[in-house]
Amino acid sequence: MILNEGRVIVELMVNHESRTVTVRPSDVLLDVLRGQLGLTGAKPGCKNGDCGVCTVIFDGWPVKSCLVLAVEAVGHQILTVEGLGGVAPVQKAFVDSGAFQCGYCTSGFLMVCHALSLNKPRAEEYEIEEWLQSNLCRCTSYKEIREALKTVFQSLS
Amino acid sequence: MGTAAGRSVKRKEAWDKATGNAKYTDDLPSLGHLTARLLTSPHAHAKIKNINKVAAFGVKGVKAVITGLDITALCGVLLQDRPHLAKDVVRYAGEPVAIVVAADEPAAISAAGLIEVEYEPLAHVLTPRAALKPGAPLLHDNPERYKRMVEDIYPQPKSNIASQYRIRKGHADTGFALSHMIVEENFYLPPSDHLAMEVRAARAEISADGMVTITTASQSPYSVIKQLSQSFSVPEGNIRVKVPFVGGGFGGKAPVLLEHLAYIASSKVGGRPVRLVITREQDMAAAPCRMGLEASVKLGCDDTGRLKAAELRFWLDCGAYADIGPYMAKSLASNCTGPYRVDNLYCDSLCVYTNHTYATSYRGFSHAEFTFCIERTMDELAKRLNIDPLKFRLINAVSPGDSSPTQVSLNPSNLGDLKACLKKLKPLSGWNGAVVPVDEHTVRAKGVSCLWKSADLPANAISGAMITFNPDGSLNLNTGVVEMGSGSKTQLAQILADKLDVDINQIHVKMSVDTRVNPEHHKTVASMTGYMAGNAVLRAAEDILAQLKTTGAEALGCSSDDIIVKGGAVYSLRNPLNKIRLKDIASGYKAPDGSSIGEPALGRGGFMLKGLSTLDPKTGKGQTAPAWTVGAQAVEVEYDTIEHTYRIISASTVIDVGMVMNPEAMRQIIRGGMAMGISMASREAYSYDQNGLLTTPTLRTYKLMHIGQEPDYRVEFVETPQEGSPYGIRSMSEHGIIGIPAALANALSNASGFSLNTLPLTPESLWKKSGGVSS
Ligand code: FES
Ligand code: FES
Repeated sequence: MILNEGRVIVELMVNHESRTVTVRPSDVLLDVLRGQLGLTGAKPGCKNGDCGVCTVIFDGWPVKSCLVLAVEAVGHQILTVEGLGGVAPVQKAFVDSGAFQCGYCTSGFLMVCHALSLNKPRAEEYEIEEWLQSNLCRCTSYKEIREALKTVFQSLS
Repeated sequence: MGTAAGRSVKRKEAWDKATGNAKYTDDLPSLGHLTARLLTSPHAHAKIKNINKVAAFGVKGVKAVITGLDITALCGVLLQDRPHLAKDVVRYAGEPVAIVVAADEPAAISAAGLIEVEYEPLAHVLTPRAALKPGAPLLHDNPERYKRMVEDIYPQPKSNIASQYRIRKGHADTGFALSHMIVEENFYLPPSDHLAMEVRAARAEISADGMVTITTASQSPYSVIKQLSQSFSVPEGNIRVKVPFVGGGFGGKAPVLLEHLAYIASSKVGGRPVRLVITREQDMAAAPCRMGLEASVKLGCDDTGRLKAAELRFWLDCGAYADIGPYMAKSLASNCTGPYRVDNLYCDSLCVYTNHTYATSYRGFSHAEFTFCIERTMDELAKRLNIDPLKFRLINAVSPGDSSPTQVSLNPSNLGDLKACLKKLKPLSGWNGAVVPVDEHTVRAKGVSCLWKSADLPANAISGAMITFNPDGSLNLNTGVVEMGSGSKTQLAQILADKLDVDINQIHVKMSVDTRVNPEHHKTVASMTGYMAGNAVLRAAEDILAQLKTTGAEALGCSSDDIIVKGGAVYSLRNPLNKIRLKDIASGYKAPDGSSIGEPALGRGGFMLKGLSTLDPKTGKGQTAPAWTVGAQAVEVEYDTIEHTYRIISASTVIDVGMVMNPEAMRQIIRGGMAMGISMASREAYSYDQNGLLTTPTLRTYKLMHIGQEPDYRVEFVETPQEGSPYGIRSMSEHGIIGIPAALANALSNASGFSLNTLPLTPESLWKKSGGVSS
């Protein structure tokens, strides 16, 4: 096998499946998920950690996949919006509350909300705000996203 | 008629978006694509002395390095003043200077960094009024010599004026002479950004037989065809434009920019598929932004508070190229008074070149900006007259029987009911006009603003709809409307479901646009989808109903006049029990004796705007839009008089939407507009350093509102139907933003006692207004 430009073959655990990808040391997880695995739910919005549209869940915690090197993800559990399978309570809640318009920020918000509902099923209002401040939405007023999250929390309690 | 209209219906594409399934332009597979990257100008205004590509070609995988020298064509939707890539001169920092095409993104990025461009800086100018001073640097040597794509654009020789419009109505001098109180205010609003979360993206490929395929995040797929054909002499029929989901547009994805560049890139590599990606920083600095505005507004009224005269001067900062700026200046002039009766009016609206990033349409198409100026002046006038600002607006609210600035006579159908909006706003916002102390150094205050907007589109803009059946009797709705968040395709599905009286779930909507397949829809802009495409859908529905009736009549042996189509079945009103289900008749009917009756039903409907004109260059007389939408908004703030920080407590909107087609979705869209207005007015601005470089081209330096800062949003509707519009609906999807910056500034002016005439309203700007010392 020929390795050039420092490319290496690594195994990533994505959505509970083991996937083999070829990465440069400088490749960020976002680009590898999108470019090599076709998981385009996570999106680029700034590639600078400022907008959150690239958010995935990393060992249970939401992270910005534009700020994670693909090689750093080796040995960790990555969950993307595709891995929610349409059955996570946040997904239905987002649909019911109209928590998106253009939908571009939605995967990112879903991942933050999903991780929050798993980590802190009794999150207080200030914690919800703290968690969700990592992400931006240009279309909605945020009221709808809050409402969606509220219904998820209600179903948990 | 069925039951689908007037109900809260979920977006047709909701589950695609909630599962990550919805594909946006750069989500599409790119295997086999080369990657293109842009190099942009680091100067606001400079001569290009030399470009050296040698080092860039040294990067492995580089296929082409293209500069302005390789392309002769100019482009521009109104005025052809913009080179695709800067040639000889750069006119704003961020202007595309070169494209690199390479095997992959890292190679394209490194090569772009290795292109050596030698510049000679020129004097630059950053505000429109400075650009009009004698001796100001001229951006374009002879703007009047550029090719004009429309008749009503007036670039002025030896100046930075890209176009100008004037309104003369009544006698402003006499009006002021009759005035008991006159105020004059000056305004400065800096440019800012659309900041759609999806960065612009485009792809191009050219097949061996010359067929061009463009895939793009665009609000205007059909304009891409026209402009690309114009620039590169490709027959329009050879160009196919595909638009998947668009991640927010707000007007910023209406102009054609990356599509041209992707085409150029592909054409230089033998037509191979090229994927052009830009960074957020380039999306902000290189691609067009929201206009800036300088204005002076003079209003006079009599002692009963009735406006008598207005003298308005607007200098719209369109940046380095005209793009749609002249039409924003025109639109602004057409509605310049805001929704108030002013019989004596003088208005000059100039569209001025500066060395800013060029501007394009932005939610509200200049209305949020001029509304800010008018509504701030209205408040100053009310204050001096000692009249409650809301009452002052009720006194002057435009009404049926009045005429618009361009002398269109107004009636309930083309205007709506502003007074009803204002009356509803009072209880909704808890308006009492008072500044209420909360504690020693905190007060609460409210501000109010009215809004109106007409949707200015070309006089002959068109839309179309096609309807087909599936074997199970469900329907497919096919239009050229782009789905970028406003949910208009769901609204169109509601119209169809209602008209055919079928369940909304029986309507399938084609979400992506492919110009080979979808009938032309002018552009997904100006909140005109409901009106234009809605009318096309109504006609297509009528068309398909007529076909079902013909086949039904033959199948049931009765007159087609007796045929009813309802609840997913066709029957004769003489024998309602003998029903034929849609699925059994939509593709032609097979009679019990085995004979074939009728033919497959295929619906088609087209719509064209009619009766519109250009404005008379001397007086501004003319009709540019079929109707207005009016509304009233209020914002409540809690303001710290020492720190000059504030919290927005509530924001309210009452808007006359004609008919509430989809209550929940419409509230969401209005709230989204209000949120954008609050974000824009409270923190967003392009800042430039003394060299004319944008200092805020990232989301770290250019802040948007995030969760936790949003106020309590309150939205209510008034319903005054617009004749000729499906179900009487009015345009409304941009409108939530329009009066919010003004209402916020009025609230903060009331709370602080300062006269706040600039944006954004940051604590720092308020502190400066206070004299820069804490009180
Ligand atoms: S793309 Fe990762 S935070 Fe914006
Ligand atoms: S839905 Fe468009 S950015 Fe959030």
